[in-house]
Amino acid sequence: MLFAVLLLASLSSASAIPLQASDTPNDGGGSITLHWTDPSAPPPRWTVVRRERGGTFAPLATIDGKLQTYEDDTAQPGTAYEYQLVALPTDPLLDSDISAPTQAIANWFDGTKLNVLVVAGLFFLLLFYYIFQAERGTRWTFRKIAGLDAIEEAIGRATEMGKGVFYIPGVQDIDDIQTIASMILLSKVSRMSAKYETGLLVPTNSPGVYTVAEEVVKSAYADVGRSDAYRSDQVRYITSEQFAYVAAVNGMMLRERPAANMLLGAFFAESLLLAETGHSVGAIQIAGTANVHQMPFFVVACDYTLIGEEYYAASALLSNDSRLLGSLKASDTVKILLITVIVLGAILMTFGQTWLWDFFATQ
Amino acid sequence: MKREIPMIITMVAGLFMLIAFFVPHPAVRHLYEGFQIWVIVVVGCTYVLGVANLLRINWRQVARREQDWPYKIVLIAGLLVTMAVGFSEGTHYTDVTSGFQWIYQTFYSPMSSTMFALLAFFIASAAFRAFRIRSVEAMLLAIAAFILMLGRVPLGNAIHPAIPAAADWLMEIPQNAAKRGILIGAALGVMATGIRLILGLEKTYGGDGS
Repeated sequence: MLFAVLLLASLSSASAIPLQASDTPNDGGGSITLHWTDPSAPPPRWTVVRRERGGTFAPLATIDGKLQTYEDDTAQPGTAYEYQLVALPTDPLLDSDISAPTQAIANWFDGTKLNVLVVAGLFFLLLFYYIFQAERGTRWTFRKIAGLDAIEEAIGRATEMGKGVFYIPGVQDIDDIQTIASMILLSKVSRMSAKYETGLLVPTNSPGVYTVAEEVVKSAYADVGRSDAYRSDQVRYITSEQFAYVAAVNGMMLRERPAANMLLGAFFAESLLLAETGHSVGAIQIAGTANVHQMPFFVVACDYTLIGEEYYAASALLSNDSRLLGSLKASDTVKILLITVIVLGAILMTFGQTWLWDFFATQ
Repeated sequence: MKREIPMIITMVAGLFMLIAFFVPHPAVRHLYEGFQIWVIVVVGCTYVLGVANLLRINWRQVARREQDWPYKIVLIAGLLVTMAVGFSEGTHYTDVTSGFQWIYQTFYSPMSSTMFALLAFFIASAAFRAFRIRSVEAMLLAIAAFILMLGRVPLGNAIHPAIPAAADWLMEIPQNAAKRGILIGAALGVMATGIRLILGLEKTYGGDGS
């Protein structure tokens, strides 16, 4: 009898599926991942049970019997846990082993972002290299962007006509990089407007953008020695509601009939509403955005459009500062490298090599 | 110092956010999330400045009887009444039966929809200009647009099954290739702009005294 019980126990032990628990990599330390191999005849469901070392098991979750992995994201960092899979309906012969005690560990680096770190690190190195080159006197030639040359021309035209310039910085808040880039361009446009004594109006759709834009315009006027020409109603907060903003700005355009419109920032459905109204009042229009879906509208309705990277490069090209131009050179070099990697990746994939594709795959 | 201090804050905050992108450890993550909350608090404070600016400019236009000044009264009254109703209802302002929601659904929503609906007319006028064939590029654009529009409606398939297939090909291959090219360029532009700001190379936004 005793022999039979021992045999049954040993058979049970031999047939139990091994359960491996390990810290989930690349996370903040709140997760443990379980792996197991599917038994030949898995139960309909598993109950995952967990205990702290020396404690008693408590159910954690009920999962499908066909799964082979489970992530416990309720683990406390620094606490050792043991897990077991219990078959549902109950069948002790199918229950898994008890896993070895495992702790969730907080990581200091997310390995899944290694590809981003490599490209960003390369960008930084190239940037410093080109800044060093610029300071040693190296100069580069960049493609002329018609839209940038047109900014001064548009402000000059407004001056000649005795009309104003509208600067619309998009409809995103100040934490958006396109809006930040727009504020940099606003500084340049404000200087030109102040220099030519041309009226500049900046309607904003976010109080954050309004606050920054007001400071930018005021500083620009001060920089060219025209603080006296700055008026406190040049920069206005309109509303944060998208179409109410469009209605207000279109109304202002129809009343004031500006000679030049600059639509530089992040735009969505309002892009064509603004640009077509500007076109109808006969304003020379310069647009710039990185929102791919709005570019066709601007291309159609505006005289000049800064597309994607041209928009981000605008401030460096306008400044002609060699260090800023160095950043464009770094950007172009990284672009050439990325094109090379894309071509190489396509060739490797054709020959069944996936390591390069795997490295650049995003999680 | 007026210019240096904001630049130092930009540099420190920018570098921290850059590092935090790669570090999942709670010690960094909690501070990162704290920064995000600070942004909300700061933006909340700017609403006071924004509303003050709105009231000041519009009230002055009313006082001076500038062009279309009666509309400014509607704006100021609308703003103050909506704020008063919203504040008086406290946390219940989102209830379906609240006065705030009544104002929103009765006034704002139809006006907003009207503005959006105008887009159809603006698209028609813009398309009329875009599809005038004046160059080889404009001709290619017009042909592509014609195939695409025809391929997206049942009539296209009724004429020939190759038309929807051609429309799909246009969207999947040339359109996607061009879009991804622009996106890669824009992403590098974002990186370059971010690094210029973090390193303090780009300082015109704060005035550089030149």
